[in-house]
Amino acid sequence: MTTTNLDPVLSAFERRPESLIPLLQAVQENLGYLPPDAMGTVARHARVPRSRVFGVASFYSQFRFNPVGRQRVAVCRGTACHVGGAKFILEQLERTLGILEGETTGDMEYSLETVACIGCCGLAPCITVNDEVSAKLTPMKVRKQFKKARK
Amino acid sequence: MSPKIEISLNGSTVEADASATVLEVALEHDLFVPHLCHHPDLEPAGVCRLCLVEVDGRMVTACNTPVTAGAKIRTDTPTVQQTRLGAVELLLVNHHGGTIDCEEGEACDLNRIARFVGADEARLGRYRPPDRTLPVDGSNPFFTFDPGLCVLCGICVRTCDEIVGVAAIDFVKRGFDTTIGSAPGKQWIDSDCVSCGECVERCPTGSLSFTGFETPEYEVTTTCTYCGCGCGIHLGVSGDRIVSARGQRENPSNEGRLCVKGRFGFTFVNSPERLTTPLIRRNGALEEATWDEALDLVAARFSAARGDAFAAIASAKLTNEENYLIQKFSRAVMGTNNVDHCARLCHSPSVAGLVQSFGSGAMTSSSKDLGDARCIFAIGTNTTAAHPIIGLQIMRSIRAGGRLIVANPREIELARHADLFIQHRAGSDVALLMGMMRVIVEEGLHDPEFIESRCENFEAFQESLAEYDDATVEEKTGVPFAKIAEAARMYAENSPAAILYAMGITQHTHGTDNVLATSNLAMLTGNVGVPSGGVNPLRGQSNVQGACDMGALPNVYPGYQKVELPEVRAKFEQAWGADLDDAPGLTHLEILRGVTAGPIRAIYLVGENPALSEADATHAREAMEKVDFLVVQDIFLTESAEYADVVLPAASFAEKDGTFTNTERRVQRVRKVIPPVGESRSDAWITCEIARRMGASGFEFESAEAVMEEIASLTPSYGGITHDRIDQVGLQWPCPDPSHPGTRYLHAETFPRPGGRGRFVPLEYRPPDEEPDAEYPLVLTTERSLYHYHTATMTRRVPGLETLRSEELVEIHPRDAVELQIASGDRVRVTSRRGEVEAHALVTEASPPGTISMTFHFHESPTNVLTNAAWDPVAKIPETKVCAVRVERA
Repeated sequence: MTTTNLDPVLSAFERRPESLIPLLQAVQENLGYLPPDAMGTVARHARVPRSRVFGVASFYSQFRFNPVGRQRVAVCRGTACHVGGAKFILEQLERTLGILEGETTGDMEYSLETVACIGCCGLAPCITVNDEVSAKLTPMKVRKQFKKARK
Repeated sequence: MSPKIEISLNGSTVEADASATVLEVALEHDLFVPHLCHHPDLEPAGVCRLCLVEVDGRMVTACNTPVTAGAKIRTDTPTVQQTRLGAVELLLVNHHGGTIDCEEGEACDLNRIARFVGADEARLGRYRPPDRTLPVDGSNPFFTFDPGLCVLCGICVRTCDEIVGVAAIDFVKRGFDTTIGSAPGKQWIDSDCVSCGECVERCPTGSLSFTGFETPEYEVTTTCTYCGCGCGIHLGVSGDRIVSARGQRENPSNEGRLCVKGRFGFTFVNSPERLTTPLIRRNGALEEATWDEALDLVAARFSAARGDAFAAIASAKLTNEENYLIQKFSRAVMGTNNVDHCARLCHSPSVAGLVQSFGSGAMTSSSKDLGDARCIFAIGTNTTAAHPIIGLQIMRSIRAGGRLIVANPREIELARHADLFIQHRAGSDVALLMGMMRVIVEEGLHDPEFIESRCENFEAFQESLAEYDDATVEEKTGVPFAKIAEAARMYAENSPAAILYAMGITQHTHGTDNVLATSNLAMLTGNVGVPSGGVNPLRGQSNVQGACDMGALPNVYPGYQKVELPEVRAKFEQAWGADLDDAPGLTHLEILRGVTAGPIRAIYLVGENPALSEADATHAREAMEKVDFLVVQDIFLTESAEYADVVLPAASFAEKDGTFTNTERRVQRVRKVIPPVGESRSDAWITCEIARRMGASGFEFESAEAVMEEIASLTPSYGGITHDRIDQVGLQWPCPDPSHPGTRYLHAETFPRPGGRGRFVPLEYRPPDEEPDAEYPLVLTTERSLYHYHTATMTRRVPGLETLRSEELVEIHPRDAVELQIASGDRVRVTSRRGEVEAHALVTEASPPGTISMTFHFHESPTNVLTNAAWDPVAKIPETKVCAVRVERA
C-alpha cells in the first residue's frame, strides 16, 4: 500500500476542529480525492472523531471519496449551457470516453462530472478540463477533441 | 437548586424550576408533549420538530426553550395540533416499512406518537416517497441497524458523542440521502463503535434493535460480574435462562449505563460448557463423581494437610461472604494464614502504598464524582477499555471543560481526548511523577496550608525531589521535560484534580513506589479529602475490593486488621473459637513457589486461573502439576482445572446471593437470578460443606445475609452494612454503624493513620527488573481488550464477544515492524527468557517504537509464559508490565 505522507500538508493547519474543512480541501488538492486513511489522518490532526470527518465531507459536494482521472472533465449544466444543448455534450462525452457521469476511465486518465454553472455563460455550451475552459462546443467538436486525445 | 418561577400551563398556574425547559415542565406535570429527539440524558437538540408548543402565542420547540417567569404555554391549541400532525406525518413517511399499524406497536415511540396525534395512514400515502430499500446493517453481532426505519432524530449520534465519547457514528451525506454512518462504504462493525448498545437502548423508532432480543418474563436486579466499576444491572429471565440485561438507572455507580460486557456478556451463564458435576481424577483422568464422593475426598486430604502445608487462593469474582468464608476456613480450620487472591497480581501495591501514605488502600473518591473533576490525570490506566463506565465519567468531565492528562506508554483511546498526552517509557512512572512534583514545588504551585495542617515528612520528601532534574527525568522517561512541566502545571492549577490509575502503575517491581508517587502528588496539591479529587486505583474485578476487605490476604483479617497484633488475633480467636497463627502467610506467587521449594502440599484454588494469569505462567503450571493435592472450584473447566485432583462445580454470580464491593467501595447486592446450573453449588455452600465434613463448627449459615452479619460484627468498616440496608442501592464503606450513611470520599478531615496525618514518602527511581538488550531488544507490556475479561473463561463463551475479538494480537510500531519485516496479519513468535508464544501481528502506532503489547486473554497464545515474575519487595506483585523480548516471523 502506498500512503502519501500528509504531514507537510497537515502541518500548515492548527490542530483544532475548526481546521477540518480547510484540512479536507488541502488533502483533496494533494491527493485528488479523500481516501479513508487520509480522513483518519485528518481526524487525528483536527482532534475530531473519524465519523465526523466523513459526516462533514459527505455533506459538501466539493469532496470526493473516489479517485479521479488525471483530466477532470466537467460539463456545465447552467441555464445558458442547458439551453445551448449541454445534454448532448454530456451524451457525446459519455460515448467518446466510454464512461458515465460520475465515473473515471479504467486507465485513470479521465473522469466525467457535471457542474451547475462554470460562470462563463457567454461561452455556452462549455466544459472545463481540469481548469481549462473549452467554449462554444458541439458534439462534433467534443468528439474531435477527445477522440484525438484518446488515441 | 435553581429558583422557582411561576408559569401558565394550558391555563393553570404552575411552579417550575427556573433552569427547566418547557418540555421538562410539561412532562413533570404529566402533560404529554410528543417528542422523539429529546432524551433526559442528552443535551437538547430540537431536530425532530414534534414538541412544538405555543409560548406567548409563538410556536417554539419545547425541548430546547427554557421557561421564563410568567410565560403562557399552550400545548393544546388547534394550531399546535395541526402543526404537530404535519410534523408527525413528515417523519412517518420517511419511516419506511414501519406504518402506524406496524408490529413494533407500543415499543416504537414514533408509533405511539402517531396514534396520540391521530395520524391517518390513508393521508400518508400521497406523501410517501417510493420505498428506498436501504440494506439492513447486521454487521454487529449484538444489534442491527435498519436505515429504513430511521427518521434521523440523532439520539444515537448524540449518545455516542455526548455520553460514550466515542462518536463512532454521525449524520453522513446530505438531503434525502442523509443517513447514519461512519465512513464511505463501511459497515457499523468497521467503525470506532465499542458495541456498548447505549444507542440501541435509546433509539425511539426501532431502527436500532438488539439482535435476537427475547422479552424476559421478569427481571432481577443484581451487580455486574465483570470489572470493578460494579454496575447495577437488571437481568431478564425466561424459564431458567438469562435473556436480557439492562442498566439500573438508580444506581449511582453507573446510572443505567452499561458497556459491551455488561450488556451482552451474560450468556456464558447458560453456556453448555458449564461444569455441572464434581470431577475426581482417577487413573490420570477427571471423571464425574457425586458431591459426597468429592467433598469427602477433599475433607480427608485437607485434614491431612493442616497448617502451613495448605494454601487457599480465593477469588475476586466471588462474593464478600464467600471470600470471608474461605479465609475463615483457611485460618480457623486449616490453621494457616496462607490465603491470598489475585489482588496480589493487580492492586497489592495500592493497598501497601496507600496504607503507608493515607492509611487506607482504596479509591478515595466516588466514580460519579470523577465527572466533576476540573482535571483528571489518568496514568497507567486504559480506562475506556478496562473500566468503561468510569471512562464515561472522564468524558463527562471533559465535556464540562475539565482538563485531561493521559500518561501511558501506549497511545490508548483516551489519548485522543487528552489536553496532554505523555507517552513515557514503560516503568518510568516514578521519574515522571517526581519530575512533575519538582516543578510544582519550584513554581510554588503546591498547597502549603494542606501540607502543614494535614501531612508529615514533607521536608525529607522535598529533599528527594532534587535528584529529579530536567535531564534525568527526560532521560528516564523519554519525554521532553517541557511537556512534563506543562502537565505539572495543568494538574496543579485545576482543582479538584483526580488521579486515576490501574495496572500501569502497580504491575512493576517498584509498583509500591509508583503508588506512593501518586499519593505524594495528590497531597502536595491538596487534592485529598475533596469529592472529585484524590487518588483512585481502579480495581479490575467485580469484587477485588471486597476480597481484600474480607481478608483474603495472608497478613490481615477482614477490615485490614493485622494478624500479628495480639489484641486483633484474640478477637478473631474468640469469635471463631479456634487458635490462630500469628505469622503472616504466603502470598500468591509464594504459594506456587512453595510447592516446588517449600511446604505447600495442598492448594484450594477457587475461581482463579494461574495457568494463564500468573507471571511466568510455565512455573505456575509446573507447580499445579506437582502439588500433591489440587482442588479447583470454578464455573468452567479452566486451563488450571486441567491440573486438578478434584474439580468442584461452582454456581455463577447469577445463581447465588451475596454482595460485591466495587472499586468506589460501594457494597452492593448480588442476587440469585436463576437456579444453579446442573449440580453446581454456590462457593459458600461448598466451602461450608468441606469445613463441616472436617468437623469444624462456625460454618452453619442459613443465608448469605447471616454471613454478612458475622462480617459486620468483626469488620469495623463494614459495621453498618446489612443486606437490608443495601437492598436497592449500595453503601460505601467506611460504614461503621447501622445509622452511618456511608462514605462518599475518604480522608475529609483526617487520615486513618497514627496521628491522623498523611505521610509524604521520599522516592528513589529504580529501573524495571528486565531491560532490553541485544538478545531481547524489545519491551513487552501487557494490556487488556475491551471485549474480554481476565483469562476470558467467561467472555470467550459469549459468541458475540468472540466475534469482536477472537485472538491475541502482538501490537508493534511500524518502525519496528519494518525492521523485522513484519506486516499486520503475519504470524510472529515472541520470545523472552522464560518462554515463547505465537500470535498474529498488528502494526500500529499505538505501540511506541521499541515496545510491543499483548493481552493475556487467549489460551492459544498464553502471554504470561513470557512475563517476568520478579516482584515488588513490599507488595510482592510480579512485573507483568515490563519484560524484554524478541520478535521474529514464525
